[in-house]
Amino acid sequence: MADSIPVTGTIDLAPAPATHRLWLETLHGWITTVDHKKIGLMYIGYALVFMVIAGLEAVLIRLQLAVPQNSFVSPQVFNRLFTMHGTTMVFFVGMPILFGFGNYLIPLMLGARDMAFPRLNAFSFWIAAFGGLLLYFSFLGGDGLYGAGSAPDVGWFAYAPLTAKVFSPGHSTDYWTLGVLLSGIGSTGTALNIVTTIISMRCPGMTLGRMPLLVWLYFVTCCMVFVAVSPLTAAQIMLLIDRYLGAHFFDTQAGGSAVLWMHFFWIFGHPEVYILVLPAFGFANEIIPVFSRKAIFGYPAMVAATIAIGFISLSVWAHHMFTVGMGAEANTFFTLATMIIAVPTGIKIFNWIATLWGGKIRYTVAMLFCVGFLFQFLIAGLTGIMLSASPFDWQLSGSYFVVAHFHYVLVGAILFTIFAAFYYWFPKMSGRMLNETLGKWHFWLFVIGFHLTFDFMHIPGLLGMPRRVYTYEADRGWGIWNLIVSSGVIFQVVAIGCFVFNLLWSYRKGRLAGPDPWDAWTLEWSTASPPPVYNFAVIPTVQSRRPLWDLKHPEDPDSNYE
Amino acid sequence: MTPHWLLSVSSWLWDGQTSIFSPKGTPAHLSFGLSMFILAITAGIFLAAGSLLAYVLIRFRERPTDSDHEPAQIYGSSQIELAWTVVPMIIVIVMFLTTARVIFNTENASKPDGALDVVVIGHQFWWEFRYPKLGIVTANELHIPVSDPRHPTPTYLEMSSADTVHSFWVPQLAGKTDVIPNRVNVMWIDPAAPGLYLGQCAQYCGTQHAKMLLRVYGQSQSDFDKWVVQQQKPAKPDPSTRFGEAAFLRNGCVSCHTIAGTIATGRLGPDLTHVASRDTIASGSVPNTPENLKKWIDDPAHMKPGSLMPSMHLNDRDLDAVTAYLSTLY
Amino acid sequence: MSTLSITPREQAWVLPSRGTVGIACLIVAESAVFVIFVVAYIFYLGKSIGGPTPRDVLELPIFGTICLLSSSLSVYLSVAALRKNQVRLCSLWLAATVLLGSIFLASTAREWYQLIYRDGLTIRTNLFGTTFYSLVGLHAVHVIVGLLMLTLALAFGLLGQMRDRHAERLEILSLYWHFVDAVWVVVFTVVYVLGR
Repeated sequence: MADSIPVTGTIDLAPAPATHRLWLETLHGWITTVDHKKIGLMYIGYALVFMVIAGLEAVLIRLQLAVPQNSFVSPQVFNRLFTMHGTTMVFFVGMPILFGFGNYLIPLMLGARDMAFPRLNAFSFWIAAFGGLLLYFSFLGGDGLYGAGSAPDVGWFAYAPLTAKVFSPGHSTDYWTLGVLLSGIGSTGTALNIVTTIISMRCPGMTLGRMPLLVWLYFVTCCMVFVAVSPLTAAQIMLLIDRYLGAHFFDTQAGGSAVLWMHFFWIFGHPEVYILVLPAFGFANEIIPVFSRKAIFGYPAMVAATIAIGFISLSVWAHHMFTVGMGAEANTFFTLATMIIAVPTGIKIFNWIATLWGGKIRYTVAMLFCVGFLFQFLIAGLTGIMLSASPFDWQLSGSYFVVAHFHYVLVGAILFTIFAAFYYWFPKMSGRMLNETLGKWHFWLFVIGFHLTFDFMHIPGLLGMPRRVYTYEADRGWGIWNLIVSSGVIFQVVAIGCFVFNLLWSYRKGRLAGPDPWDAWTLEWSTASPPPVYNFAVIPTVQSRRPLWDLKHPEDPDSNYE
Repeated sequence: MTPHWLLSVSSWLWDGQTSIFSPKGTPAHLSFGLSMFILAITAGIFLAAGSLLAYVLIRFRERPTDSDHEPAQIYGSSQIELAWTVVPMIIVIVMFLTTARVIFNTENASKPDGALDVVVIGHQFWWEFRYPKLGIVTANELHIPVSDPRHPTPTYLEMSSADTVHSFWVPQLAGKTDVIPNRVNVMWIDPAAPGLYLGQCAQYCGTQHAKMLLRVYGQSQSDFDKWVVQQQKPAKPDPSTRFGEAAFLRNGCVSCHTIAGTIATGRLGPDLTHVASRDTIASGSVPNTPENLKKWIDDPAHMKPGSLMPSMHLNDRDLDAVTAYLSTLY
Repeated sequence: MSTLSITPREQAWVLPSRGTVGIACLIVAESAVFVIFVVAYIFYLGKSIGGPTPRDVLELPIFGTICLLSSSLSVYLSVAALRKNQVRLCSLWLAATVLLGSIFLASTAREWYQLIYRDGLTIRTNLFGTTFYSLVGLHAVHVIVGLLMLTLALAFGLLGQMRDRHAERLEILSLYWHFVDAVWVVVFTVVYVLGR
C-alpha cells in the first residue's frame, strides 16, 4: 500500500546520483548552503549533539541526588550542571530542533522551493550555533580576571542580583548572557523567515485555511517569538550594561529591583515554553490523522485554539512569581489567566481524541510516541492547573513538583512528539525507513525510564524538597523517592542509545522509503525522498487541505467538504 | 471520609515533617483545603479524559479483518465542539472563584492585636531573626509562640534580604514567600501546637542554597516567654572562659559577629550571644556540639563549601579556647 | 498516472511581498525590545537615590527632533522619486535624509557631552542615568545602523546603479527608518515630556 500511489509534483523521482565528491567539497557544501533542507538537518544534528551533552549533565545531577548528603560532585559543580542542563536544553536543543524541523518541512508543505530569505536562514543558524559554542567555552574561559567562575552557575533563569558582578565574579554569567543572546538573534531571524515564507510563498490555491496545521502552529509560534524573545534580549543587554558599565538596572544596592528582572525574564520565559510546545502540537496534528486514517477533527477550532493559546500565553507570566509578594489582586489575575488557557488546550486534546474516534489506528513507532504524548500531555496540563492556583503554588513553587511538571511537558509531551517526528519524517529526509523493532525498544525503554523518573519526582516536591539543591537532609523522607527517580535514568540512556544507533544504522542500511511510505496527504509526500534541491519540478496547485487525499480519492475529495 | 487504610499506607505524605499535606497552621490549612479541591477536580478530569482516550486507542485499532477502505472522514461537529468548550469554561470559573477566595483570605487577613512581629533578613547562607519589640537578635532557629484560635497570636514575618533572593518555606506552617533585597514582604504563621517545624530556603541563592535550613520552634506562651527572657540577657562573662573571650575579640571575629555585652558588634554574620542555646549550627546543617563548632570555626569551607565565613586560621590553642567560650553562651 | 494540477487559476495568485512582511516582523521584534527599555525607564522614574533628576538636567531636544522627523519626509520623497525612475532626485532626497539624521545624532552627542561633563550624569550615576542613556543610546544605535544603510543606498544612487525596479527595496529601508522615527516620538514623549 505504501508505495502504490504514483505521484508527481516533481518530474524526477530518482535524481541521478551526484558525482563522487571529496569530503572537503562535501563539508564546504554544507557550510555554505542556503538550502532550507540542509539547514534544517544541521539544526537537528546540532540539537542532537547538545541533547546528549545536556543529558549527560542530567545523569550527573541524578547521580549526585540519588542518596542524601552525597559527595559525588561538589556544590559548585552541581550548580553549574543544573544551570548548563537547563540552558542547553531550552536554547540549544529545544529551539534548534524545532526550528530544524520547521525549516525542513514548511517550504515543502507549502509547495515552495525554499524559505523566503535563504541567506538569512543560514546566518540565523550559524549565529545560534556559535552561541552554543560560546556557552560551552565558558568551561575554559569563565575564570576571567579574578580567577573565579567557570561555566555559569546562576540557574537557567539567572535571577538578579545573583548575576551581579559582586555575587558572580568572573565571566561565567557573561558567557550565559552572550550565548543565549546570540541564540535569541538566531531565533528571531528564523521566526522572521518562517512567518514571511508562510505569508508570501504559499503555492497557488493554498489559502491560509488550507495550510497543514503544522504550518499554522509554526506561524503562531514565530509570531510569539517576536514579542517574547525580545524582552529577554533587552533584559540581557541591561544585565551586560550593569556588569560592565556600572549601571543599576538590577542593582538592589542602588535602588534597582530584583523583581524587575523576574518580570522581564518571565515575560519571555512563559511564552517560550509555548514556543516550544506549539510545534510539538504541530507534529501531533500531522501524525495522528495519518495513522488513524482520518482527517483531523475540527481544523478551524484547532486554528482558533492555537491563536487563543498564543495570545493568552503572553498574559500569564507572573504565575512564575506567585511567591514574590505581588499582592492578592495580581495573584488573582494571573491565576485566572493561567486557568483560562486550559480551555483552548483542552479543546486540542478533545480534537485529537475525536480524530482517533472511528479511525483505523496503526501503531507504528511514530504513533506509539504520539500515544505517549497524549497521555503525558494530559497529565502535565493537569499538574499545570494545580500550579495555577496561587495558594497551591505557594507550596509547590520552587520545589521538585515544579521540576516534575515542566519535565513532564518538555520530555513527556515535546520530546515524545519530536521522537514521533523523527520516525515519521526520517524517511522523507533520508530516503530510508528507521528500523521499527529498534524503534519499539526505544519507545518502551524510554517510557519506563520516563515514568520512573518523572512520575515519582512529584513526590519529593509534595514532601517539601526545594529545587536546585546539591544535596538534601536524610531525615526528611526524600531519599527513597530520589533513588527511584535516579534509577529511571538508566532506561532513558539506553533508549536514547537505541535511537541514535537506529539513526546512524538506518541512514545507511534502512529499507528504501519511496516518496510516500505512510500513505499520507500533505505536499511533502508528493516529492522524492529525499527531495531534490529544488523541491518540486513544477510548483503544485491545491484545492483542499489534503491535496494527496484528493488525488488518491478522486471520487470523494476533501474539496467537496470545505 | 478517607479510608483509614489509605491514610496509614500513605502516612509519609500526611505526616511528613515537611509535607505540604500535613498542615499545622492556618495558612497551610487554607492552601491544603484548596489543594484537595483542585486535586479532586483534576483527578476527575484525568479519569474521564484518560479512560476515554484509552478506550478509543483500543476500540479503533486497525485489525487484519478490516476492509481496505478508509474510515468515514469526519471533519468536525459544532454541537460537540461547543459542549467541550463550555463545560471546561464552567470548571475553570468554579476553580477560579474558589481559589480567589483563598488568596484574599490568606494575604489580606487582618492582623490581630496579639501578633508577634519578627524581622527576617535572608543572607547567603543563613537566616537572621530580629524581634524589634523584644530587643532580641538571633539566627537560623526561630522561636515563636503557638496560636490559639480563640485568642490568636500569630507571628508576622517582615522579610527582606541582605544580598540575593531567598525564600522562606516551612511547609507545615505556610506556603513560601520570597525574601528579596530592596523589598519587604510580609507573611504570617501560627502553629497550633508546640513542636519543631522544619523548612529551608526555596529560591536558589548561591552555592550553599541547599544548606540554608530553617527550624521553627513553636512554643507554649510560657515557654516562649522564658526563652525571650533568656535571650534578652547579654552574654554572662565567665572567668573560666576569659581566655577564650579574649581570643574571640582579638582574632577578628568581631568584624562579623555580635556578642551582646562585649565589644563585638559585627553584623555580617549571625549573632552569637546565645549560640550555645541553639540545637544546630551552620544554618541547621549540623548539630551544635563542641566538635562540630570547632570544625566549623577552623574551616567553614570544609563543612559548607561556598560559605562566606572565611577560615580565621586560628592556632590550636585559640581554637580550643574560642570553642569552649562559645559553648558557654546559653 | 495521476498528477497534481498545474493549470493556472482564473485569478492571479498574489501574496504580500516578502520584503514588506519581513521588515514588518523585524519592526515588531525591535518594538518589543524598545518597550522593555521604556518600561524600565518609567518604572524607575523617581526612584533614583541621589544624583541629577530629569527635571534638573533635561532640555527638550527640539532641533534634533525636527531634523529627525523631517528625515522621514525626505526618505519618503526619495522613494517616490525612485518609483518614477528619477534617480538623481532620489539621491538628493537620500542625501538630505542622511544629513538630517546625522544632525540628530550630533545633537544627541552634544546633549550627552553636557550631561556628562557639566551635570555629572553618567550611566552609573543613578537609576535615571542608567535608564536614560540605555534607552536613548539604544535608539541612537538604531539611527546609526539606519544611516549606514541609507548612505549605502545613496552611494548606489550616485554611482548610477539604482532604477525604478529597486523602489520596493528602498521602500523597505524607508519603513525601517520610519520605525526609528516613531520610536523617537515615543522616547521623546516618555523621557522629555512625561518624565520630567
